Amino acid sequence: MKNLIILGAGTAGTMMSNHLHKRLPADWKITIVDQRTEHYYQPGFLFVPFGIYEPEEIVKPISKFIPKEVDWLQIEVDRIDKDTDTVYLKNGDSLPYDVLVIATGNDIAPEEIEGMSGEGWHKDIFDFYTLEGATKLHQKLKDFEGGKVVVHICEMPIKCPVAPLEFAFLADAYFENRGIRDKVDLSFVTPMSGAFTKPKATEKLDYLLKEKNINVVPDFNIERVDNNEKKIYDYAGQEVAYDLLITTPTNMGSKAIERSGFGDELNYVPTNKATLQTKVKDNIFAIGDATNVPASKAGSVAHFEGEVLLENVLNYIEGKPLKEGFDGHANCFVETGHGKALLIDFNYTHEPVTGTFPFPGVGPLRLLKESRMNHMGKMAFKWIYWNMLITGKHIPFIPNKMQLAGKNFD
Amino acid sequence: MEKIIANQSINVNDEGYLTNHSQWNREIGHAIAQEEGIEMTDHHWKVVDYLQEQHKNDVPLTIRRVGKSGVVDIKGFYELFPKGPLKTSSKIAGIPKPASCI
Ligand SMILES: Cc1cc2nc3c(=O)[nH]c(=O)nc-3n(C[C@H](O)[C@H](O)[C@H](O)COP(=O)(O)OP(=O)(O)OC[C@H]3O[C@@H](n4cnc5c(N)ncnc54)[C@H](O)[C@@H]3O)c2cc1C
Repeated sequence: MKNLIILGAGTAGTMMSNHLHKRLPADWKITIVDQRTEHYYQPGFLFVPFGIYEPEEIVKPISKFIPKEVDWLQIEVDRIDKDTDTVYLKNGDSLPYDVLVIATGNDIAPEEIEGMSGEGWHKDIFDFYTLEGATKLHQKLKDFEGGKVVVHICEMPIKCPVAPLEFAFLADAYFENRGIRDKVDLSFVTPMSGAFTKPKATEKLDYLLKEKNINVVPDFNIERVDNNEKKIYDYAGQEVAYDLLITTPTNMGSKAIERSGFGDELNYVPTNKATLQTKVKDNIFAIGDATNVPASKAGSVAHFEGEVLLENVLNYIEGKPLKEGFDGHANCFVETGHGKALLIDFNYTHEPVTGTFPFPGVGPLRLLKESRMNHMGKMAFKWIYWNMLITGKHIPFIPNKMQLAGKNFD
Repeated sequence: MEKIIANQSINVNDEGYLTNHSQWNREIGHAIAQEEGIEMTDHHWKVVDYLQEQHKNDVPLTIRRVGKSGVVDIKGFYELFPKGPLKTSSKIAGIPKPASCI
């Protein structure tokens, strides 16, 4: 018997257990390990603060999505010993492997910024990147009567890099619906050069910020939070005052990667961006938010990576050369509020542009343009996620490589 | 579009970032630095070398990564390239501006 171990049973790990179980030769055994018992639909975290989703809709047991032939272990991974091809678990047990797939994702690390996880945490400083943060923020927003609301990104990279901006758009609509928009001073504070950084997106979408009266503070690299003065400060001496700070803390890969001694400074696994084999050792592969590949960290990206990783694990086992199959493809719906959304489709080399999707010239979805249909797409994504994406089914009409047809490049 | 930098015709984007890194040389880096009001020292060049090395290896750059590089810490990075250090130093290094997906 040969052993393949998957670390992490989130979006990517669960999907790979389904893919690999169907395709690995009969003499291979698959084991999947996760510290949690529950699978979170993280894109749903965006909607919880506004009461659009109830927490129950976005949490299901992990076991429901793992094939029964796959061994599922609920325990924290302590570390990987790459030299002896062994995974060590928190209880001291060890698991030897022939092939390892790392899918441990990332998580917020508010303690990385001075003062952030201090006395104001989850009182007037909130995240919505965890179920706990999103749920507590929902309570806070319900009682909020007005003041300075600051939507903020600590540092890049973060998963779903547009989520904070979507949050700002939804907050504008939420306060408007509650009739207190004129009492809220809404700003978006980012370490990037603007809310939009790509030329085409900036040209097409900058109007949204004006229309929604969102004040953008760019190039803000946060150094510390002052809980008493209720201000954030950056390294260049800029300051922004808040009554309610909705931040996206530093995102970091798993501590298990740090303990294994091969992560980068944010605990991401050095990985070949086209083959998804790690640079750690030939028999270790990585997928999803856990890697350092320069693609967006998103569920759709994990989905597109999945087919490439499957082929390459099989190639590796058969001693064949690996395929440089992953092009950085991402496809994301961006909520803009009031029942509308945008759709963006891009890869390592092509920025998001206007056009039609998935059928060139037809649509029905419009790229880089607000529409109600796109919003329906975003809402349908929850069903697709639970029923197709993590169960490793092919999503019709959407190839894993980005299509050039139907897009308006210059 | 094309721009004459240090008497050489160079391809840049609207914001003045090089679009073809192979056209970069130190004279060009020096000229862009002057436009940005920065007088290059050895320490500035060490940072530029580091950024280019990371860029070559497809490693996305962040303030944190530069701060942990051993070449300069974050405070020092701001002293060398005031205001937006990563943006300014990337421009001088002839590599793309750090960007998000949209
Ligand atoms: C607010 C928000 C909105 C988003 N919106 C979208 C969207 O609209 N579209 C989209 O495509 N994506 C979106 N995403 C991103 C998407 O959810 C992630 O990119 C995706 O879930 C990544 O999958 P993953 O498998 O790499 O990581 P995860 O799904 O996070 O799974 C990692 C798993 O590893 C486990 N793990 C980690 N360390 C250990 C350890 N030491 N021992 C045991 N287990 C461990 C964790 O418990 C976890 O279950 C959003 C994310 C957030 C937070």
